[in-house]
Amino acid sequence: MSKVGLIIKREYITRVRKRSFIIMSVLGPIIFAAFMVIPAWMAMSEDQEVKKIAIVDSSSLFMNVIPETEYLKFDYLFNTRLNDIKDNFKEGGYYGVLYISHIVAYEPNSVIFYSDKQPSLATKMHISKAIEEYIRNQKLKAYEIEDLDAILKSVKTRINVRTIKLTDAGKEKESNTGLVMIVGYAGGFLIYIFIFFFGAQVMRGVIEEKVNRIIEIVMSSVKPFELMMGKIIGIAMVGLSQFLIWMISTFLLVSIASTLLFPELSMSPTERVVSHDIMSTVPVQTQPEVSSEEMAEIMSVFSNLKNINFGVMLGSFLFYFLGGYLLYAAMFASIGAAVDNETDTQQFMLPVTIPLILALFVLISAINNPDSSLAFWFSIIPFTSPVVMMARIPFGVPFWEVLLSMTLLIITFLGMTWIAAKVYRTGILMYGKKVNYREIWKWIRYS
Amino acid sequence: MDIFIAEEIVKRFIHTTALDRVSVSIPKGSIYGLLGPNGAGKTTLIRIINQITAPDEGSLYLNGERLNPDHIRNIGYLPEERGLYKKMKVGEQALYLARLKGLSKTDALERLKTWFEKFDMTDWWNRKVEELSKGMQQKVQFIVTVLHEPELLIFDEPFSGFDPINTDMLRKEILSLQEKGSTIIFSTHNMSSVEELCDHITLIDKGKTLIEGPIDRIREHYRCDTYEVGFQGEPERLKSALNKHYELVDTFREKDLTRVRIRLLHHTSDNELLSLLLPVVHIVSFNEVFPSMNDIFIRVVKENKGS
Repeated sequence: MSKVGLIIKREYITRVRKRSFIIMSVLGPIIFAAFMVIPAWMAMSEDQEVKKIAIVDSSSLFMNVIPETEYLKFDYLFNTRLNDIKDNFKEGGYYGVLYISHIVAYEPNSVIFYSDKQPSLATKMHISKAIEEYIRNQKLKAYEIEDLDAILKSVKTRINVRTIKLTDAGKEKESNTGLVMIVGYAGGFLIYIFIFFFGAQVMRGVIEEKVNRIIEIVMSSVKPFELMMGKIIGIAMVGLSQFLIWMISTFLLVSIASTLLFPELSMSPTERVVSHDIMSTVPVQTQPEVSSEEMAEIMSVFSNLKNINFGVMLGSFLFYFLGGYLLYAAMFASIGAAVDNETDTQQFMLPVTIPLILALFVLISAINNPDSSLAFWFSIIPFTSPVVMMARIPFGVPFWEVLLSMTLLIITFLGMTWIAAKVYRTGILMYGKKVNYREIWKWIRYS
Repeated sequence: MDIFIAEEIVKRFIHTTALDRVSVSIPKGSIYGLLGPNGAGKTTLIRIINQITAPDEGSLYLNGERLNPDHIRNIGYLPEERGLYKKMKVGEQALYLARLKGLSKTDALERLKTWFEKFDMTDWWNRKVEELSKGMQQKVQFIVTVLHEPELLIFDEPFSGFDPINTDMLRKEILSLQEKGSTIIFSTHNMSSVEELCDHITLIDKGKTLIEGPIDRIREHYRCDTYEVGFQGEPERLKSALNKHYELVDTFREKDLTRVRIRLLHHTSDNELLSLLLPVVHIVSFNEVFPSMNDIFIRVVKENKGS
């Protein structure tokens, strides 16, 4: 095995064996899966018990107005005063008491629901929608229009804005902007986190070697550049492994959880892959009493998900993660070599953190407006392109822009590694000297 | 034959010249002392020999070949500031460092086993380095340095941090390595161990070679015409007998014996001194004082500072 190979192996094995890596690998997918499954499961289990609600109606208008559903039953109580039932509704087996005041037609806040539990949004919506509709109809009736029912039926419309994306090839693609924004944001943010987390690990590893004074022993066997690259590549592989473990086990966990918890949801395998990427879709599709229109919307979300090319997403994620990481890891490594301990790193962290944080700000703007010139330039400039371009890709980016951004990233990474190697080589064997930017500039120029 | 030759090595740093035309020739099988005050350029020279840094000028040869990366296998280096990965297990770490030197896994394991048994540390194999005492860590570092059986070994202050028992053991190991044919470069500030172990030295200061050669010849060269006289009688009488051709350097008094060190000035001879003293006191002993390496070191470095 070559020396760089040995270094990569050591960096990889010692990190993967660490307790923190194992904990992260186990906890990560559990947390991700929980984020997706638990809200859906809660929404579901809550609505599966039958709720009996007592109605105290002082306006006497709403008998049988609120339609019952599979899980919502209503008891219309005559001749019962609110105060009589309010404190002992539980004894009557009620989930809660709905009080409708007689001024309900004029005062929006006059419908009150008393319960010791928080009713779900769906329950609240169901009640208010029925009452609203009834009052509106009653008011309309007061105008004594002929054929009112027929008119009302013909007036009722529902608009569902569908967005169609036109590609260069002239094909129409249905897209869902909200979803694409989430995918873009998640991709960009994950890259930001990975660069920071694993870049800092490179820096800490370099400082450890320097502080431990093992560096001199290692340096007598390998070249500084070999050690630096071995470390950077080894940690990159740790990052990729972590990512793969997260992806695969989150997918497995979500699939297992969804078959156990929601057996009625028969999703095709592709839809499952998709649904675990986009957490927000899970609660939506498990909402009870979905109307046919909502159903259609969910179906269109799924068809949109299929339109986001996850092969391209994954490929570009891996490219921009590696490219961005390599670029920043070289900088992190040279910072580690220039200082004697971790507290001294502060002054040099600025040029590393500023572009990254800037990229995070532009990321938010880019998902709202992916084709703005701000988003364009920041997705071309190599220091911010990994984060920003990742956010733009789900919206569809012209091929030449991606190519330009990738080429620039590779060139910058090579140049940065070349410079970083100089700083690293000089700094790694230097102790007890307070290093500043001017000093580092000299190292770059003279070594 | 010289196993290692460095010719006219120049190394400049941004602010200083660390080595200014330094040349060394290290005879095969010798223990070669590399001496000099702090900041003289010793570590820089050692790093150049180890190919950790490259010289700006000059050439280096190992066994007559120009020094190249393949020679890493032929050189073992125990740095002064030495450490290990604290969180790594002892055996794993030793194996890793041995393989970085180019040993195969099976070779390295076999040799490590022998050495670990020799130093009675087989039980440590699966312990983390941070659990070991400093002395134990030093042993691990020593093993890693010599494991690939290099022909040229470089020890930079090898005894620092060892207790007397381990120091003695280490000294014996170094001598037995020399017996087996290794050449050893030995850098230290401890002059008594230089006198004991080294047969050649070079003394550098401020990046320049001040002395180089076999230690006997150097001590011969730096003899300073000083004689020690042991006598019975009045020291005052002896003192008054000395004229301007002699300088009284030191006086040690024991019960009824006094010893003085007298330096001869102006090319007077030891016989003249003897004949001058004979009538005055009862002489018990008379011998020439050779300078210790310590004296030579201090004298040469001070002279260099003055120049």
